[in-house]
Amino acid sequence: MSVARKLRCRECGREYQLEPSNVCEFCFGPLEVVYDYAALAGLVTRERIEAGPPTMWRYADLLPVDAENAVDIGTGYTPLLRAPNLGRELGLSRLYIKNDCVNPTWSFKDRVVSVASSVARDFEFDTLACASTGNLANSVAAHAARAGMQARVFIPADLEQGKIIGSAVYGPTLVAVDGSYDDVNRLCSELGDKYPWAFVNINVRPYYAEGSKTLGHEVCEQLGWRAPDHCVAPMASGSLFTKIYKGIKELAWLGLIDWHPTRMSGAQALGCSPIAEAYERDSWNIRPQKPKTIAKSLAIGNPADGYYALKTMRSTNGSATAVTDEEVIEGIQLLAQTEGIFAETAGGVVVSGLRRLVREGRVEPDEVVVAFITGAGLKTQEAVAPALQPALTVEANIESFERALEEREGVLPLTKAV
Amino acid sequence: MATVRIKFTFAEQLIKEPIIWKLAKEFDVITNIRRADVTDERGWVILELEGEQDEIERSLDWVRKQSVRVDPVYEDVVEG
Repeated sequence: MSVARKLRCRECGREYQLEPSNVCEFCFGPLEVVYDYAALAGLVTRERIEAGPPTMWRYADLLPVDAENAVDIGTGYTPLLRAPNLGRELGLSRLYIKNDCVNPTWSFKDRVVSVASSVARDFEFDTLACASTGNLANSVAAHAARAGMQARVFIPADLEQGKIIGSAVYGPTLVAVDGSYDDVNRLCSELGDKYPWAFVNINVRPYYAEGSKTLGHEVCEQLGWRAPDHCVAPMASGSLFTKIYKGIKELAWLGLIDWHPTRMSGAQALGCSPIAEAYERDSWNIRPQKPKTIAKSLAIGNPADGYYALKTMRSTNGSATAVTDEEVIEGIQLLAQTEGIFAETAGGVVVSGLRRLVREGRVEPDEVVVAFITGAGLKTQEAVAPALQPALTVEANIESFERALEEREGVLPLTKAV
Repeated sequence: MATVRIKFTFAEQLIKEPIIWKLAKEFDVITNIRRADVTDERGWVILELEGEQDEIERSLDWVRKQSVRVDPVYEDVVEG
């Protein structure tokens, strides 16, 4: 049973009923869901969670919607893998990968959209909408299909074909907006004001954001009910980053894990790094940027939760870093070639960001580190394709194969003993 | 009539300038400050502007010309 009770402004503290709204009417601060944690004391136990479904909805008690009303396409409870090979490369003895590539639409966005679509249906919306450059569009289209809702998905007209198909297959009204990124942004803000639709990242944003907490919940459960020493996550709006930490804290508040000073560090692509830039300047003031990076899923130039992400990293003794596009590609390859996980560009940002943090002594070699890999690589193949070795092209005979192999590798492998 | 929610960010050299007072004098726009943070080095103000759409846009163009940064309060809507 959900114990979400109201919405509260994160700036002035003013409270509102649970309704489709994301901004405080008085100070225009962002709203957040407030829970009655006291009502959960004694009710939520490790055993109760472990007996739940093998999805994010095993944590339904900590989400703003009842489990029986969930729009669930099997999201979450994704693998937490020990990563000894990547750990050796980076100089970390206890590195784990939280592999959120394996969600139903291949990114962590299924977590937030699962909650947003469930809440939207509770509020009796018949249309689910979003503006997106990829992952979110895929997830909104899929969840609307499952929920029996209409989907209206707005994308920039120059989006890659693969991402368009990944949304179009679910049958949404797909709108390719002819204009700049800012034009798409403005249009969708105006549409959100005009039409009675649930825009997942506008009017149901407080609920939507809560879905990311389940990443924090799952990691603690999968580590044997303990919090990690250090989390490294990608930052776009900053919401995911702050909610992972909120998920960890909630389990401690409820006595399900011991209190532990987990450090939170964030990674961005240098071509769009307003949060990391403010961190480096030692400032609380985020300067918006015009995104220019291949890591499009992180390309938010004016991040809504940037300030709160800074607050989380500073209060936990974490830090922030930014990596070049070349490092993003290196990171994708490094993860794939050491651990067999093909991540999208945001994963490359995390792996290369973690490498930088270790080199700079900002992550300790023996910490229990969890790197959050939030989307699958098949979505952004074009980013990494030019850096990969082409296949050996051979004729269908052994001589041709050996000639090509010797040319590539210098020597031939040992043959079977006769 | 239209209303917009907007954020002005002032650099150090503009902190002492009464930009919002001038805006209300020069243009037929109602200004309503909701939240602000001003230090010696920089400042930001979140406010609502009410007026005819064209007049609001003219007023914001003028604010930009004063070297004040103007951003929408909703921040980025498009996500990855």
